[in-house]
Amino acid sequence: MLPFFFYTFAIISVISSFMVIFAKNPVHSVFFLILTFFNATGLFVLMGAEFLAMLLLIVYVGAVAVLFLFVVMMLNIDFNSLRTGMIKNAPLGLLIGTILLGEMIFSFIGMKYGVANKPGNELFIVLGEEENTRALGKVLYTNYIYLFQCAGLILLVAMIGAIVLTHRKRDNVKQQDAVKQILRNREDAIEVKEVEIGKGVL
Amino acid sequence: MIDFLYSQNFINVMFIIIKIIALVVPLLVIVAFLTYAERKVIASVQLRKGPNVVGPFGLLQPLADGLKLFSKETIFPTVSNKIVFLLAPMIAFSLSIAAWAVIPIADGWVISNINVGILYIFAVSSLSVYGIIMAGWASNSKYAFMGALRSAAQMVSYEVSIGLVIITVLVCVGSLNLSDIVYAQKSTWFVFPLFPMFIVFFISALAETNRAPFDLPEDESSLVGGYFTEYSSMLFAMFFLGEYAAMIMMSGMATILFLGGWLAPFNVAILNEIPGFIWFALKTSLMLFIFLWVRATFPRFRYDQLMRIGWKVFLPFSLLWVVLTSGFLITFNLLPVNG
Repeated sequence: MLPFFFYTFAIISVISSFMVIFAKNPVHSVFFLILTFFNATGLFVLMGAEFLAMLLLIVYVGAVAVLFLFVVMMLNIDFNSLRTGMIKNAPLGLLIGTILLGEMIFSFIGMKYGVANKPGNELFIVLGEEENTRALGKVLYTNYIYLFQCAGLILLVAMIGAIVLTHRKRDNVKQQDAVKQILRNREDAIEVKEVEIGKGVL
Repeated sequence: MIDFLYSQNFINVMFIIIKIIALVVPLLVIVAFLTYAERKVIASVQLRKGPNVVGPFGLLQPLADGLKLFSKETIFPTVSNKIVFLLAPMIAFSLSIAAWAVIPIADGWVISNINVGILYIFAVSSLSVYGIIMAGWASNSKYAFMGALRSAAQMVSYEVSIGLVIITVLVCVGSLNLSDIVYAQKSTWFVFPLFPMFIVFFISALAETNRAPFDLPEDESSLVGGYFTEYSSMLFAMFFLGEYAAMIMMSGMATILFLGGWLAPFNVAILNEIPGFIWFALKTSLMLFIFLWVRATFPRFRYDQLMRIGWKVFLPFSLLWVVLTSGFLITFNLLPVNG
């Protein structure tokens, strides 16, 4: 059963990641990206990394990709004009691709022959014995606590930066004060007047 | 989760398929009758009779509605994106059913007792936004698109506070497994110590399932029908069923997180004799009744009010409560110890 699931997820994720690049419609590209994430989740589950799988689903599929979709749907991007720079940008893309591929090869070599596989390495021992949520928590919050906090801080700074950059103060905007609205009562708003017949209020 | 994938046994697989059918079929029947219950409850609130013509007490009304929807024509708008248009209701519907895979209906009555059950539910409920967004975009209609955008923004916002509520409960339990969450409530249900969080969860659940008073995505007075304006026939019915299934799922989740799941209200022998799934069903029905009651009682929120409550009230409040709860647990040395 396992190989069947593995090949299903793997094949779909490879095909859909190609479709991300080749789809004509940008919105379809995002949908294919989501499909790729989804199948990556499946692969994580097959490896027994359930926690990472669910995180991938919640963070990337549930939040990041929604924002992608938002942007792609809302901005009326002319994709034909974007495609014109294809040949000019190809070398740069190729360079980045090669670097990423090289890094992956190095890390695989490291996994097979390097430090990571030696006995005494905490990471692998912990992961081998325990439920992976707890194992990850133990590693992250003990050995790597400073790096973890650092990553959190960087994200916080990035978030604040993005808000500062995009926030603009607009005048002439009417805003309601919810507290004021709630505290308003009948006596402040309504005045009952005895009106004589045949005459108006004023 | 992985054990199942390693099992080559054909009978095992068949057994699981039977379990799935035994869960999904009653679920769909309940969804159908929830629409009936909704009409009856709202009718009672408004001093009307509600559906009472088809069958005894109008009980066959959902079947009549289903039959009507089946016989309608499926219309594809000419400018719509056909494939996405067709996919959207399917995704919305199947996701709302998929979440039920990890919900324990009684002790051990669960299709997949995974370690990260609560995260799975959270992930699936955050995915359900795609059905709506895809519908809105593929329809190529202004109303549908506006409805979809509203819905997406709303769901993403309220997920944050739901996530923090879940974290509060998890801190008290020490496990992500849904059955463990219920076991942890043997002595006290979490609704008592974490009552404010229960309220936050319930209101966020209303927003997450696009129910009144937060049903802005389908606000008929400004958006016709919202994201399913262009849908007809069974495609429309799928959205409808999906929304109700999501409602039941959220009620089930509230039951598990706060109302002690399948546990009897008091640890008395007579009450413990009653099978767990009946308690689960009763508690879920109570939550569903509150869903309907709220719909009949409150006027619809304005969009800026909705966003204000989500980000400026619930988010800081639930964040504070997470810190308070964990601080309390650490101070009094009550943190759950396992493993």
